[in-house]
Amino acid sequence: MSFDRPYTDIPGTTVFDADQMRRGYWLNQFCVSLMKPENRERFKADERAYLDEWQMSEEQKQAVIDRDLNRCVDLGGNIYFLSRIGATDGRSFQYMAASMSGVTQDDYAKMMREGGRSVEGNRSRNEKPRG
Amino acid sequence: MARVTAGVFTSHVPAIGVAVDLGKSAEPYWQPVFQGYEPSKAWLAANKPDVVVLVYNDHATAFSLDFVPTFAIGCADEFRPADEGWGPRPVPVVQGHPQLAAHIAQSVIQDDFDLTVVNRMDVDHGLTVPLSLMCGQPDAWPCRVIPLAVNVVLFPPPSGHRCYQLGKAIRKAVESYGEGLNVQVWGTGGMSHQLHGPRAGLINKEWDEAFLDRLIADPEGLSQVPHLEYMREAGAEGIELVMWLVARGAMGSAPARAVHRFYHVPASNTAVGHLVLENA
Repeated sequence: MSFDRPYTDIPGTTVFDADQMRRGYWLNQFCVSLMKPENRERFKADERAYLDEWQMSEEQKQAVIDRDLNRCVDLGGNIYFLSRIGATDGRSFQYMAASMSGVTQDDYAKMMREGGRSVEGNRSRNEKPRG
Repeated sequence: MARVTAGVFTSHVPAIGVAVDLGKSAEPYWQPVFQGYEPSKAWLAANKPDVVVLVYNDHATAFSLDFVPTFAIGCADEFRPADEGWGPRPVPVVQGHPQLAAHIAQSVIQDDFDLTVVNRMDVDHGLTVPLSLMCGQPDAWPCRVIPLAVNVVLFPPPSGHRCYQLGKAIRKAVESYGEGLNVQVWGTGGMSHQLHGPRAGLINKEWDEAFLDRLIADPEGLSQVPHLEYMREAGAEGIELVMWLVARGAMGSAPARAVHRFYHVPASNTAVGHLVLENA
């Protein structure tokens, strides 16, 4: 692709741009389907069978089954769409965010109560350490 | 003629809606958030608009990846709360204002802003949480609401400058409407937050506070901030803040008067920012 992507140096971040959208179209549309209660029930009853109804890659299906949201993002998932999986599981957004930052929900919640993740050192992978 | 009388700016965190709906707003975690909106609820009761143009983003609810309109205006009679995965919020159906909405669409499209017209759409927490914060839990919302959805899901969203200019065009449209309506424009989303990946939980209070300062006093300058700065400084999802510039543009360019200002961290993953502005 030829368009400019000046945001790829932001650490721990995957901007949902046209490349990601193309990669993740069916994964995200699967997530949309979970807005209907009957689909949530069918998914919960047999995840694999429900996922097989979608034109998703095997990697995408496995990432959903593993609830590996970072992998889902790598494979084109967008977090607003992926949040439907957490909602279907009865999980809070904070639970999902903690799982993506690799800490427990308690530790993540504590970080947020203490003001959140600092931007210092998190602006760019090229950022020089301060101090 | 109709007039834009004020602007309201607020985050629209979904967990706030859950806290309202489950009766948790008095709990120690949530109490400071709702406390911060008490002056605004009183202000709104005393300055009740006929119509709110509510600028928000749809979170993959009404718009899947099949259609991603950059700007969409809701022209329907009513908009139902959406099922976002855990059942619809138990809040009133939103009553639209189809005549004013159609007028705004006609006016701004001829002013070079190519809005998508939407005649059927459910509305998600992006629209209903600001109403809950400003109005509490009434049996019916106190005014009519015109949803104005902005794409901030698929990069790139419209620029801050484009949003600001759209706001100006909306002001012009409102002022050319025949009926004498009191119109407020609300800008929602933000403030700093990142919801995905290892950088989730990012908050940048300094940047947020400076954004609030400039929104009041220097909206023209603020509208020049590029997307990259929002994403780097305020988190990838902090880019929702461009939507505040639509509402600010609808108030004109002059410095505004802050009736109320509030900032709090955290609400779940997000910094809550809030302003009520009147023209000085």
